[in-house]
Amino acid sequence: MNINTKTRNILTLVSGGLLLAALAVYLLTPGSLAQDIILIVAAILAGVPIAIKAFQALRMKAFSIDLLVTIAVVGAMIIGEYTEAAVVSFLFLFGHYLEGRTLQRTRASLKSLMDMAPLEATILKNGERITIPAEEVQIGDHVIVQPGGRIPVDGKVITGQSLINQAAITGESVPVNKTKGDQVFSSTVSDNGYLEILAEKVGDDTTFAKIIELVEEAQETKAKTQKFMERFAAYYTPGIIILSVIVGLITLNVHLALTFLVIACPGALVISVPVSIVAGIGNGAKNGILIKGGDKMENLAKVNTLVFDKTGTLTKGKPEVTDIKAYGISADELLQLTAEVEVTSEHHLGKTIVKKAEEKELKLVHNPSDVEIMKGHGLRAMLNGQQIYVGNKSGAEKLGIAIDIEANEYMLQQQKNGNTSVFITRDKEVIGIISIADQVREEAPATMDQLRKTGINDLMMLTGDNELVAQKVAHQLGIDKVYAELLPEDKVSKVTELKTSGRNVAMIGDGINDAPAIATADVGIAMGGTGTDVTMETADIILMSDKLDKLPYAIKLAKATIRNMKQNTYFSLITVALLLVGVLTDKIHLASGMLIHEISVILVIVNAVRLVRFPKYQLRFKLLDFKTKTRKE
Amino acid sequence: MKTIRIQLETLTCPSCINKIEGVLNKQTGVDEAKVMFNSSKVKITYNEEETNPEEISAIIEKLGYPVLS
Repeated sequence: MNINTKTRNILTLVSGGLLLAALAVYLLTPGSLAQDIILIVAAILAGVPIAIKAFQALRMKAFSIDLLVTIAVVGAMIIGEYTEAAVVSFLFLFGHYLEGRTLQRTRASLKSLMDMAPLEATILKNGERITIPAEEVQIGDHVIVQPGGRIPVDGKVITGQSLINQAAITGESVPVNKTKGDQVFSSTVSDNGYLEILAEKVGDDTTFAKIIELVEEAQETKAKTQKFMERFAAYYTPGIIILSVIVGLITLNVHLALTFLVIACPGALVISVPVSIVAGIGNGAKNGILIKGGDKMENLAKVNTLVFDKTGTLTKGKPEVTDIKAYGISADELLQLTAEVEVTSEHHLGKTIVKKAEEKELKLVHNPSDVEIMKGHGLRAMLNGQQIYVGNKSGAEKLGIAIDIEANEYMLQQQKNGNTSVFITRDKEVIGIISIADQVREEAPATMDQLRKTGINDLMMLTGDNELVAQKVAHQLGIDKVYAELLPEDKVSKVTELKTSGRNVAMIGDGINDAPAIATADVGIAMGGTGTDVTMETADIILMSDKLDKLPYAIKLAKATIRNMKQNTYFSLITVALLLVGVLTDKIHLASGMLIHEISVILVIVNAVRLVRFPKYQLRFKLLDFKTKTRKE
Repeated sequence: MKTIRIQLETLTCPSCINKIEGVLNKQTGVDEAKVMFNSSKVKITYNEEETNPEEISAIIEKLGYPVLS
């Protein structure tokens, strides 16, 4: 037989009412038979659901807290302590009810995220519009989204244009303009336009579904402190039970022995850490920050060294042509000829040049032949009967091309300004230099300032780019140390080196190419997780919006969560100690023991609920915060 | 091997976790059972030749936790 939540709530309410009735009877005629009868009924009503749970567990050979309480209540009835029996069983049930209610609050962030899941989809089938449940959409279906509608799949826009609120994915509520060919995500909201979307990922494969799954799993990952508390509870409960038996046998005081059973419930101990973590992770998820577990949260709070990848993380990752210097021909001719060669190239600098030529509406007429890629330098090709080289200085020198002082001076000047210089030579003669730079992200300087304020001692940068470009960016942002011209494996060894020097290192990158370094760091942080599964898997923390400014928030949130967790840990340990002392000195009895126990559980949950509202309502107990106190500011 | 997620009524006591996991992990055919306390779900990896979702749900119900889906 199962008693569902509703019936249990009714039983709780009735037994609570009976307790009040018993109190009224006591005030009129103390010690009457009516009072005892009312109390017995109340104890039975509230005790039965507890006993059933205990029995069900026992039948499956599982031990439960319900069993302890049942024994205590039955014992109290036998020795004639009806008031104690009724109060204990009522408080236990009522406590559970309140815990359920308050726990929902700590889980509210995730719940509100899940409520954003799309339910229905309108698809075009044989020219007709039909509405079906969102999970029944097939890959390749044409999905229609009306203004104000929620997008039910991940896919590409086929027709239409709209401003889309992507808060469900990125935590960023500023709408983004999407039009034909753009990627859209399930559960984001089309603000003002009509869209037709080709479904590419549906159901559990959408980015949104993955986020939910990830957060759900993350909330279960145990923090170190949590493991400690659980071990403590695992000894505490049986320890107290044995103690109660010993005390009972020695003193023959059944009442005292039963009291021990009631306080043996590890309630606040076990729940104190997970509630903080759940609230913290939930808050992050709502703000577009995915933190993959309590242990990651602990690590993030401890970070004192941040290592950034440059391209795509500190910079926009979209290089632009900043200057064209031509020798002997016009700038447009130079650009056109370079673009004609680079059209075959997959290199991002090459693509940038081609893009610039397209912007200037230059027609690419000649096709290159005999294209030869010089790895690490550039490329060489025959164009219109002439030998063209496009690439860096060292490549030109390797080909035996003389670079005069003027060109060299110009290149150095460009590099000092943070540009990468591309040499173009024709038949062994320098005909021009194209400068390309990757602009620093707009939010980067302010973010660096905020990071320092959150207690990060060192900001560092790793990049495969050249020293001068790297220095320029570092100088712009006030970054302490720069390691330039690194290969991906060098980045890994640099991170390892920093770790072994005793720092707590977080590596922030934009995903795939930094994945090894991200995996190596104490905390791996990836930016812009909307695209790739690789990022989602390797990183410990994912900033869903492709923006740096979520980083200080993430660190502050982690610190607040760990602080909250510590408050809860200390509080529940102190409560346990006080309960023990109270029982041994005969200050606490069955009913008051249960009352203190339930209050402590609820206080711990309520404390965690504050995190849901972070950054509002945060407390700082300087005394409890050993870590921040001892660290040099 | 198959994996299912079973949604339970809201779990309130952390001690339920050990109870449910302990019992399920002892069942033949269940490879791994993990209770997700905060989302009140149980994630179970099982061998489809030895057991099935209905059987697993029945065990959880028997333990005293109503299964929602």
